[in-house]
Amino acid sequence: MDMKRRDFLKIAGISTIAGIGAPAALQVLLKGEVPASSFASGGAEEETGHGVAAPVGRRYGFVIDTRVFAKDQGLAQKCINACHRIHNVPDFRNKKDEIKWIWETGYANAFTSKSHNLRSDEVHHRKYMVLCNHCDNPPCVRACPTKATFKRPDGIVAMDYHRCIGCRFCMAACPYGSRSFNWRDPRGKDDKTGRYFIERKHLNKDFPTRMRGVVEKCNLCVERLAKGKMPKCVEEAGNSGAMIFGDLNDPHSEIRKVLASTFTIQRKPELGTKPSIFYIV
Amino acid sequence: MYDGGKIVPGLIIFVGLMTFPLWYNSGNAGPAPKLEKPAGKTACVKDTHFMRTSHMVLLNQWRDTVLRDGDRTEVTAAGEKYEKSLMLGCMKCHSDKKKFCDECHQYAAVKPYCWDCHFPPKENL
Ligand code: SF4
Ligand code: SF4
Repeated sequence: MDMKRRDFLKIAGISTIAGIGAPAALQVLLKGEVPASSFASGGAEEETGHGVAAPVGRRYGFVIDTRVFAKDQGLAQKCINACHRIHNVPDFRNKKDEIKWIWETGYANAFTSKSHNLRSDEVHHRKYMVLCNHCDNPPCVRACPTKATFKRPDGIVAMDYHRCIGCRFCMAACPYGSRSFNWRDPRGKDDKTGRYFIERKHLNKDFPTRMRGVVEKCNLCVERLAKGKMPKCVEEAGNSGAMIFGDLNDPHSEIRKVLASTFTIQRKPELGTKPSIFYIV
Repeated sequence: MYDGGKIVPGLIIFVGLMTFPLWYNSGNAGPAPKLEKPAGKTACVKDTHFMRTSHMVLLNQWRDTVLRDGDRTEVTAAGEKYEKSLMLGCMKCHSDKKKFCDECHQYAAVKPYCWDCHFPPKENL
């Protein structure tokens, strides 16, 4: 029989559609039930909200008022230093090896899908505080092959450094760049200058360091929350109102009051990771 | 069997050589290390025998309950409360890692990697 490969594929394709795909495809077309494009920014309520299926129990979240940080220039750095010090986060002074739990970034990096023409210059040039979003639907957890990254019932996406094998799948999975890899031993020092990566006088002996070959990120201060304290960055921001932390599932919490009365946005809500950090711009 | 007269004695010599370290050192493990116990404490969180043989099992359990289940309930021993933590629990009493942990780990030729991340109390690093 003389049939060209192309013809064979055509026939095979058509019969597949007719046989299996047709009923479902037809139905979708008839009812117009095409699922909303995942790139439609700021679309359906489920995308911009924390999520339709409200989780039960405690559910931690943040509101970050970027206007306060914009007014008080030194405040962000204060929060960053405080967090990095109590968690023994090394400073390699090298962009490539950088480890960060909480840091500042530009508008275009923070809100990739919220760009529009003719926005206020001030908003565009402001710096935005970012950290792990402790997503409700965290892709980093799904990517981790050893379950070193896991989600606690209270919404904290935590890491068990003992189990991390340094495969960096979580880093590839996190759409927010919230994770850093230890290319070098955080306890070591610079070969040239002899400077320790963690300054000796800032070493917190009540919290471990990490070792080379491990991924790390913000742990939402689980060790402090367990003792009834606030996360360090929130404590450092004090009552400036720059950072509000609380239980998203408690209708009487301060964070809920702020969320109910102010317009907030999340980072990349269209990806469906349901971040627990809300920004007032 | 060909050459049985050579193979059998050869095997006996071979096995004898391979097991030489075993029988040469048997019953002679060197003096047991003397560990410095914390002053003023009468009891650890488990009995001595358990701690000697299975402290690593307990540490693993603590790690999992604290980190993964978020259960940080303190452990009580002889009426005192201790945090379920290597640095904030164990090492608060056993404040000299060299004279407690290292003595025995060296003797048993065990190299735990706990200290790659955790701080021993007196370490200047
Ligand atoms: S921000 Fe990234 S690291 Fe944090 S929970 Fe979400 S996906 Fe995971
Ligand atoms: S919650 Fe804690 S660990 Fe996370 S950024 Fe704030 S201070 Fe750092």
